[in-house]
Amino acid sequence: MTVEASGTVEAPVLEIRDLVKHFPATGGFATTRKTDVVRAVDGVSFILRAGETLGLVGESGCGKSTVARTLLRLEEPTAGAALFHGQDIFTATSMELKNIRRRLQVIFQDPYASLNPRMTVANIISEPWVIHPDAAPKAERADRVRTLLENVGLRREHAERYPHEFSGGQRQRIGIARAIALNPEVLICDEPVSALDVSVQAQVVNLLMEIQERLNIAYVFIAHDLSVVRHMSHRIAVMYLGRIVEIGAKDEIYNHPRHPYTKALLSAEPSLDFSSTRKKSSRIILKGEAPSPSNPPSGCPFRNRCWKAQDICAHASPVLEGHAGHRVACYDPEFS
Amino acid sequence: MSRLTRGYVTNELNIMTTAEQESLIIRRGSPWWRMLLRDRFALVAALWLFVLTLCFLFGPLLFEDAATKLNLRARNLPPGSLEHGWLMYLGGDALGRPMLARLIVASRNTLAIALSAVFVAMIVGGILGMIAGYVGRSVGHVIMRFADILQSFPSLLLAVVVLYILEPNVTNLVIVLAITRLPIYLRVTRAEVLEIRERVFVDAARALGGSRYHILRRHITPVVAPTLLTILTVDFSIVMLAESSLSFLGIGIQPPEITWGLMVAAGRNYLSQAWWLAFLPGLAIMMATLSGNILSNWLRVVSDPEQRWRLEDSSGKKSGQTDA
Repeated sequence: MTVEASGTVEAPVLEIRDLVKHFPATGGFATTRKTDVVRAVDGVSFILRAGETLGLVGESGCGKSTVARTLLRLEEPTAGAALFHGQDIFTATSMELKNIRRRLQVIFQDPYASLNPRMTVANIISEPWVIHPDAAPKAERADRVRTLLENVGLRREHAERYPHEFSGGQRQRIGIARAIALNPEVLICDEPVSALDVSVQAQVVNLLMEIQERLNIAYVFIAHDLSVVRHMSHRIAVMYLGRIVEIGAKDEIYNHPRHPYTKALLSAEPSLDFSSTRKKSSRIILKGEAPSPSNPPSGCPFRNRCWKAQDICAHASPVLEGHAGHRVACYDPEFS
Repeated sequence: MSRLTRGYVTNELNIMTTAEQESLIIRRGSPWWRMLLRDRFALVAALWLFVLTLCFLFGPLLFEDAATKLNLRARNLPPGSLEHGWLMYLGGDALGRPMLARLIVASRNTLAIALSAVFVAMIVGGILGMIAGYVGRSVGHVIMRFADILQSFPSLLLAVVVLYILEPNVTNLVIVLAITRLPIYLRVTRAEVLEIRERVFVDAARALGGSRYHILRRHITPVVAPTLLTILTVDFSIVMLAESSLSFLGIGIQPPEITWGLMVAAGRNYLSQAWWLAFLPGLAIMMATLSGNILSNWLRVVSDPEQRWRLEDSSGKKSGQTDA
């Protein structure tokens, strides 16, 4: 592993090394059974430093959410390591894992499903303290729930209500309050705003940024909406078919994309800026659909949709290369 | 609507839909008895169960003698006359004993046996079902095959065999009846657990570090319990009749002890001459079951925050539920 950051001596909070998650997919009757492997995540590495936001983008099915779920040990990884302050999450015992989970929290995509409909808001937000009783003394919990509610832009009296009485945006705020109840260092946001209205999205995104500023939490921010990621992130990783194809500082990625997939992705971002240099003609339209992760193409996973594919792309799989602030996995990196 | 203060959130755009505003003014918590009063069926059911409870507690104490006293002049006496005293209002049985007194006295044995049997079945079946659904695949397989065996065995035959080996007393009767009803609770629980464990809020609890026990207790049990209670009330009547068949075969409750099931069985011989001998205890079984069922249905609504408004008296109309 090359060290990604030059200049910073600070150790990363979270370091993912060659994360692989394959799902077995069996089909058919016992006699004609064929066992496929869905390569949902196929060797992902990145680091996350304290207080920063790493945007993880890519189209549906590229493995973004699987990365999140394996990091949380909601799925067991096939291979790889995830070092949280040097301790491997994937090999942690259940007691160690409980301690890690206290400092590594998550916000889910669907605010309708992520809150138990039978629990009051107060019970939902204080659940972390029921699991980790030493985090907050019983007597203080009711008060802390209400403070948390105010911190996420809800009102104290909402504590007695049930999730179904709230709108999507309000529910997501409740989910955020639960996630920050234990003062985590890392928050994994698995598409936290993609189920919300655009106007509400902005509010939730601003809330997340405000919380980050106040509590210095590092975010792994997963999204497919490029404008949201641009607004939130310090660094961005672009995923395609279970791999990171390009990773770097936000401005680098947005202003000087080098991987063809990143270029295509950015050109597809809707824009209201009609007078800009970006003209309609510059829109890159990819042919075909993303290949199935159970049967990826040989070599570079993107080669069959790439307009710059060469012979080598079919034989060897490119690795992330480049200077520390911007690395790309392509045999034809265009320096512009 | 006027209670709503706008602009309560910092850096908020103040875009609130009407539905959202309504969601803010929903009021909290009617007490349970208020909600019971609003549902007339549930109220009647609760009153009936209360009467049964009184019969259960004090019936044998008050009417034990009356229920066993023979009166040959009142043999197969039709119901509806006060000629032989009010205890004879529901008629007399084949030996001239007052039906009303017998029904009241029989309620203790009947309810004690049937209720303990279904509760034991529900608790054991529920726990096994949770283990089968949540803990592990291999353990789950073992438990499910166990349930298959129990179910494929004719339950009456099982009961006969067990009670023939063991002593036929009340405890053993309850155990046998509970075992034969077990698979239903087990299967239903497992099926529900398999569905609930995939919900996102369970993932959230796991991500918080919640143990299996924590998740089963806080997230899964509250969802499964109302379903099991509903099955329990239906099962109640089945168990009462099963108990009567066992008594009929001579390995259940024996006369002079009485149960409703036994009274149905005894009355069957006189169906053509005195239908009330079988009908009245049958009616008692049916009404107890129905009341339990209605009340468990009410309980299901009350325990579900998304349904509770139906029974809350907030000007009688629904004001929650935002489908934004």
